[in-house]
Amino acid sequence: MAELRFTRDHEVIYVEGDVAWVGITKYAQEALGDLVFVELPEVGKTVSKGDDVAVVESVKTAAEVYSPVDGEVVEANEALEGDFDLLAKTLEEGGWIAKVKMSNPSQLGDLMDQAAYDEYLKTVD
Amino acid sequence: MSAEKTIEFKDEGKMTDDNRGLHYEENLLWEKERSDTSGVDMPKPAGAPLRTGHEARGDIGLPQVSEPQALRHFVRMSTWNYSIDHGFFPLGSCTMKHNPRLNEKLARLPGFAAIHPLQPASTVQGALGVMYELQNWLGELTGLKSVCITPAAGAQGELAGIMTIRRKHELSGESAKRRIILTPDSSHGTNPATAAMCGYEVRNIPTKETGGILSLEAFKEALYKTDENGEDVAGMMVTNPNTCGLFESGVKDMADLLHAAGGYFYMDGANFNAIVGKVRPADFGVDVMHINLHKTFSTPHGGGGPGSGPICCTEELAPYLPKPLVVKDGDAYRLEEDGERETTLGTLKGFQGQFGMHVRALTYMLSHGKDGLRQVSEDAVLNANYILRSLEGHYHAPFAANGHCMHEALLTDKRQKEKGVSTLDIAKMLVERGFHPMTVYFPLVLPGTMLIEPTETESKDSIDRFITVMKEIAEEVEAGDVEEKYHSMPIATPRRRLDEVKAARNPILRWKN
Repeated sequence: MAELRFTRDHEVIYVEGDVAWVGITKYAQEALGDLVFVELPEVGKTVSKGDDVAVVESVKTAAEVYSPVDGEVVEANEALEGDFDLLAKTLEEGGWIAKVKMSNPSQLGDLMDQAAYDEYLKTVD
Repeated sequence: MSAEKTIEFKDEGKMTDDNRGLHYEENLLWEKERSDTSGVDMPKPAGAPLRTGHEARGDIGLPQVSEPQALRHFVRMSTWNYSIDHGFFPLGSCTMKHNPRLNEKLARLPGFAAIHPLQPASTVQGALGVMYELQNWLGELTGLKSVCITPAAGAQGELAGIMTIRRKHELSGESAKRRIILTPDSSHGTNPATAAMCGYEVRNIPTKETGGILSLEAFKEALYKTDENGEDVAGMMVTNPNTCGLFESGVKDMADLLHAAGGYFYMDGANFNAIVGKVRPADFGVDVMHINLHKTFSTPHGGGGPGSGPICCTEELAPYLPKPLVVKDGDAYRLEEDGERETTLGTLKGFQGQFGMHVRALTYMLSHGKDGLRQVSEDAVLNANYILRSLEGHYHAPFAANGHCMHEALLTDKRQKEKGVSTLDIAKMLVERGFHPMTVYFPLVLPGTMLIEPTETESKDSIDRFITVMKEIAEEVEAGDVEEKYHSMPIATPRRRLDEVKAARNPILRWKN
């Protein structure tokens, strides 16, 4: 399985060349509950690290998905609009939300690897 | 008699054994069998030409019911509502307090109820006097002496407040550079929504790691994030006490820094009930705030009546308030006239706003007096702390260790989650046990939150019964093996648990035959 990176806000990132695939972790999905709506970004939108790339809405709440890097949205996963269950799959199998072409790949260094994220989860309520 | 038997009645629609025990199901008027019934018999026009120039239309398919049928239709449906007049309504951040009947009596006086906004001011001096007096009371209680009572509800008050700040920056030529509004992550959803509606960019201030309250460090980081002097920030919106039920004790220092940077401090007054008569928001640096008359000052809400969201501001921002304000010339009251105050942001609401609510709110203030309003806050806070301390041994109470809460107690489902029971299940079990649930899954700073606001008008007996049921639920869940039972709740209600996911994913928003 490809190496994944994680944010403290529970985004999961898979890197292919200079493109970051962004999704949300299993923890985030469980915390949100059943999803009822995903607002995807416009392709071509320029984002800075920390900007919204999507909004996911469940019966309980709505949450923003933040871009982990600066760059440009090159693709949004429109298949999600009809099938929220796709998110439960791995990023490569269709569980991604947006793909961001990175303008500053060194920002990836700020992200956690799987082991660090697992440790981080233990500290989260 | 067969329990499944269905009897078709021509004029009453379908009546089934679901009506047992005098609980009535009720069809839509459109679903009623149409017959020759009608409420009013109008004579057919005898040969008179139609003035509209059109041919008279034939049957347009409107339901036909007699007066008693129409009356029963609406009365039956009204029995399905739940209101503060039914029982305990502990919705956090909503302040569902009793609406005193004295308010209603005064609002129905003909001098208030049977007047028209276009009457000459000289004929409605009493009504204008009520509004003027209400402005003064709100100014006194907040320390923000300039008051506009026109906004129709809390959200419009927020909009009016942020538009007031925007208008100030427009006229001082700063609106192009000041494009950011700061809000903590515990804020009401209407705060960032208001800022976005006014064209601002919303910047969140995290509070989760600082015990649910704003820290100076996090505030500074947000203020100076993209401009070293914070000059791209138009203002900050803070609810105080906040939605975790905690008093934001550090906001004065933040307000000073914000003011030094040229920004303004907007306070969301939704939780004002906790601090009326104890502290004036002006004293901790607030520049403009709204008041929910329908929360703090006991006017009806939640379907019971229109809201009312006056805003109060400093003298500095007063020129920009919406119009009209109520002014006093000598002994005479009047509404501001068009063009009288050129700097105003304009009109947001027809005439003077929800006048009936102004009468009720002022009645409440005068009947309690200043000392009474202070006691209202004290009792509201006492009741919430009684609940918090009674339940902290049974539920995860994230901020209870930091000290007292204000007017609402925050719990989460962390402990119950381990047994497969969530906040939603607890809420549904409360319905089963005869209690309207608290606010659930809000605030968003923690997962599975339950926000309980008893208000000062609930009796100890009523609060004790709620606490007892909450404890019993926690104990039952703790004992284990009730996951399935809780997931199926409620069962005693006319409708069992609804499929909220399906309803949200595939909403049916229109009646169709």
